[in-house]
Amino acid sequence: MTRLAIALLVAVAVASALILLYGESPAHVYALLLARTWGDAYGLGQVVFRATPLVFTGLAVAFAFRAGLFNIGAEGQLLVGSFVTGIVGAALPAPVAVAGSLAAGALAGALLAGIAGALRARFGAHEVITTIMLNFIAQALVLWAGREAFFLPETVHTAPVTARLASLGAGTAASTAFFLALAAAIACHVFLYRLRPGFELRAFGASPLAAQAAGISAGRTIVLTMSASGALAGLVGAGTVLGYKGYFEEGMGSGAGFMGIAVALLARNHPLAVVPAALFFGTLAQGGLAANALVPKESIEVIQAVIILAAAGRAR
Amino acid sequence: MIDFFLQGLRISAPYVLAALGGVVGERAGVIQLGLEGMLLGGAFAATVGAEHAGILGGLAAGALGGVAFAAIYAFVALRARADQVIAGVALNLLAVGLTRYLLKLIYHSASNSPRVVGFDTSAETGAFLGATAVAALALQVWMLRTPAGLRLRAIGEHPDAADSLGVDVLRLRAAAVLATGLLAGLGGAWLALDNHGFVDRMSGGRGYIALAAVIFGRWSPLGAAAACLLFGFADALSLGLQTAQTFPRELTQMLPYALTIIAVAGMVGRSRAPRALGVRWPP
Repeated sequence: MTRLAIALLVAVAVASALILLYGESPAHVYALLLARTWGDAYGLGQVVFRATPLVFTGLAVAFAFRAGLFNIGAEGQLLVGSFVTGIVGAALPAPVAVAGSLAAGALAGALLAGIAGALRARFGAHEVITTIMLNFIAQALVLWAGREAFFLPETVHTAPVTARLASLGAGTAASTAFFLALAAAIACHVFLYRLRPGFELRAFGASPLAAQAAGISAGRTIVLTMSASGALAGLVGAGTVLGYKGYFEEGMGSGAGFMGIAVALLARNHPLAVVPAALFFGTLAQGGLAANALVPKESIEVIQAVIILAAAGRAR
Repeated sequence: MIDFFLQGLRISAPYVLAALGGVVGERAGVIQLGLEGMLLGGAFAATVGAEHAGILGGLAAGALGGVAFAAIYAFVALRARADQVIAGVALNLLAVGLTRYLLKLIYHSASNSPRVVGFDTSAETGAFLGATAVAALALQVWMLRTPAGLRLRAIGEHPDAADSLGVDVLRLRAAAVLATGLLAGLGGAWLALDNHGFVDRMSGGRGYIALAAVIFGRWSPLGAAAACLLFGFADALSLGLQTAQTFPRELTQMLPYALTIIAVAGMVGRSRAPRALGVRWPP
């Protein structure tokens, strides 16, 4: 708790400095930020919309971390997942489009992360390096495949999907995808803390050698954990493709993968705590936009980074 | 042909500088995911420096900008003992946010700075590229042939052994990280001065390519520099092919990443990281 408190104090200090440099009053900006986020239905809806992808990516990072694996490839996994969700959602008939496209998106994310898992399990290639490299490969592949085959002529987006997730109203971009994200958080919690394979995963994370001595297969655990982690990131399209735009667009969701690391860090890798952590970063993102007239929204990017840096520090 | 050769060198220069920085930091046992942020910070600082103090001022400011970001990283990762992967990713986010904020604050723009002085004459360009090559050679000799270089490698392989011989591991690691920032900052300065100004997110993933080169070059200065040249010339080649419309550039751009995955997977020889890379000190 103290670590988090220090992080927030540092963040407020830096934020105030950034606001003062612009000749505005910090108190005024903070009041506006709060009023335009949690102050009315529209603001709250936008916070939920911005938090939804972060729940998925935060879960992806936290889940892998429980097995001692560092998935910093959520960025690439959400990209291929959203891309595939857009393509399959446009190809399937309406009644099965939502379920089918989400399953396909999760599968795409799982495959990409599974590659990193397999490389680790089979060759000992560290997943931090491979997932970073796969991020760039995913980016190039999606851009290439989109241009060659899937983007509508003269655009950088795919055809519209045949069915969407329902909006939460109030004119916001939020959709029922948020409830799907909540369900994913609960499912991760139940899996990790109530089911035998989840226990094995955590045992492997706590002590790989002891777990292997107890008969838990390292290779299997690594590949399956990375795949599940990638599947979670691959579901990001639920909020962006199916809940908001209705198609996949180049650059959609970018940044949510790296922010997922921040979310998992703040949540200390607890699946249920990922939800409030994601809402917190969602509030910052939306609040930054709301206060943009007074202070550039880029200050929020600085604040987010400062929070991560401060929260990542450890007591000796 | 000469044009193509020069183009390849120009593209490679920031990779080489950032990768040399990455080699120094990683051989000291500190993960350098923040190269991207140090490049970007260096590029912005170089732009401000060049605006006020010319091309040399720009280079000096770029180096200082890289060092400033490296100092933040050193404090968080070494002093506050943060996870180095998380701290590195956060440093890159910080650099993007801070340069965008400062771009608006100083230049009132969301996309780019005004035009500043930069590399124009082939003498200036040649001097910079030549100095970069000399730096790579010098670093190779220093790291593998001098006692100080041995100490640097020792704290990245066996910090406890180095500590028992009286090496101040934490201080030397901090110095190595600052050197990383200096070199990466110069790489950023080249980006800005070659372009005559700063553009939002102009590092464009080059820090990650440099990191890939460090790994592909097996953590040796000349190996990393050679990998950078390979990646840089592949990029120059694909730029050339692009105008001929024969091969999609997206696919040639994947080359550094695919090669690095192959290298860490040990499919073509083994690329082994320093033993204490990412391990906190004191334990």
